[in-house]
Amino acid sequence: MLSIENIKKTFNAGTVNEVKALQGVSLRIEDGDFVCVLGTNGSGKSTLLNAVAGTFLVDEGSIMLHNTNITKWSEHRRARFIGRVFQNPFSGTAPNMSIRENLALAMKRGKSRGLGWGLPQSLITNFKKMVQPLNMGLEERLGNPIGKLSGGQRQALTLLMATALKPDLLLLDEHTAALDPKTAAKVIDLTQHLVSKDNLTTLMVTHSMQQAVNLGDRIIMMHQGKIAYDFKGDDKKRLKVNDLLSLFDELRRKDNIDPAVASLIEENYV
Amino acid sequence: MSLLIGSTTIGLILALLALGIFISFRIFSFPDITAEGSFTFGAATASSLIVAGINPLIACLCAFLAGMIAGASTGVIHTRFNINPLLAGILVMTALYSVNLHIMGKSNVPLLNVTTVFTWIENLSAAISGPEGKVMVIGWEVASKDLWLLLFCFLGILIFCLILWWFFKTNLGTAMRATGDNSQMIRALGVNTKKLIIAGIALSNGFIALAGAMLAQYQGFADVQMGLGMMVWGLASVIIGEAIINDNSVGFVITGAVVGSVLFRLLVAIALRWGLNPNDLKIITALFVFIALILPGVMKNKKKLTFKRKINAVN
Repeated sequence: MLSIENIKKTFNAGTVNEVKALQGVSLRIEDGDFVCVLGTNGSGKSTLLNAVAGTFLVDEGSIMLHNTNITKWSEHRRARFIGRVFQNPFSGTAPNMSIRENLALAMKRGKSRGLGWGLPQSLITNFKKMVQPLNMGLEERLGNPIGKLSGGQRQALTLLMATALKPDLLLLDEHTAALDPKTAAKVIDLTQHLVSKDNLTTLMVTHSMQQAVNLGDRIIMMHQGKIAYDFKGDDKKRLKVNDLLSLFDELRRKDNIDPAVASLIEENYV
Repeated sequence: MSLLIGSTTIGLILALLALGIFISFRIFSFPDITAEGSFTFGAATASSLIVAGINPLIACLCAFLAGMIAGASTGVIHTRFNINPLLAGILVMTALYSVNLHIMGKSNVPLLNVTTVFTWIENLSAAISGPEGKVMVIGWEVASKDLWLLLFCFLGILIFCLILWWFFKTNLGTAMRATGDNSQMIRALGVNTKKLIIAGIALSNGFIALAGAMLAQYQGFADVQMGLGMMVWGLASVIIGEAIINDNSVGFVITGAVVGSVLFRLLVAIALRWGLNPNDLKIITALFVFIALILPGVMKNKKKLTFKRKINAVN
């Protein structure tokens, strides 16, 4: 269970470039939940994910994972619990190392790495079984450098790597945004398969409303560093792309009015 | 012939330097100029200890550790205080100059009439084939002592290469390679990249200091200036090795660094023999590395240009 309590983050505080990326976000995700995070550009959705992953430490608030307070933990320490896939397909794999070496690195996520042999034969046979379901013919090319593969193939492998040791939390940061539609659909299928297979707790940032409607059991819509809407259960099931679009329009209309006036109107008339 | 054998021996000794540069520059993509300081640091530590009567093997080990401390300092300055890798290296290199002078007490320590690792080899050679033993090698008469030294250096470097190869295949070594290749990815897999960078740069400088220690014993003196230009020298070796052995798997790259170091030393020896002014050596080395670094880019541009021209011709 992930429990985020009123976290705040300001980048470049006190300068002209100040960005209030997160302005008090609270969120509770139960085990086995699949949550989609939507939002306009700069709404703080990726920042929220990175705050949980530990890319930076938050200014205020707390993050608890399984009753462990990880607020002050460094990124690599949190990796013991968290599997991640990045937006950039090149971010999740080491290009000059072979496919099997990359997979072997993932099999040690969050564990101590000693002077044991990095690529025992038992692992290699295991890897063949792991990549076979991808239907990409990778089982015969495990010794090739991963940098020679396409973005879609690398993203599929990153997904396998992130879920290889069942993570307590899977973070997906717009992981299909940089792929062509056909490849993106394949990666989404794989995501769905891997998440449901192990019933993984997942937090997925996306800007495809179709994905958000089709996948998962909860939608969070962020706006200006806060959670604007939160749909779960039957509300989420009834939600259609058009509903989400109109909500976006509403948020945008609010933006066009002065925030002070907007809150005044809301207090008096809504 | 004895020039060739001598140069190959020095090339093999400097292969330790090439391995060190390979670790920092290729594995970690860390342009580590500490090398220039730690090379002398190793030479100074080993020679001072040997002159003080310490067993030369222990002196070499101390030189290795001294290099590791220098490298770790650069690593800490870079990772903990967020200082640019080049600047971190320059700081440590500059500081080491004073340290080296203090260790040696003067700018030059001769190693005459003391027992070094190479004295042992010479004694061994004298015991087997007599003090003035000569051997015929492809028609040339060569002192058997020189051949023994060559064999010793070859075996020594072979052992170090095997250890290094094994290390970079272990879980820890694989994580180190990933740190240089994609640090974001390996952090997300739970590796403290700062720690590994410190350890890796320490290891790199350990090798470089050992190279300095061995060279000082081979040439019979340590000099406070001997590290000058060593980083570019090591880079040249690594680049030549990569050009010859075109494969990025760890074993091949390590072999490449050694082969590159020997070839580069031979090239230099031949150039000097043909009358190259020794004063021009550094500028030529620098030019060589410069050209080797820009060559791949130039070739790519040229390919692009010819491709464009072809397309234009079709249109």
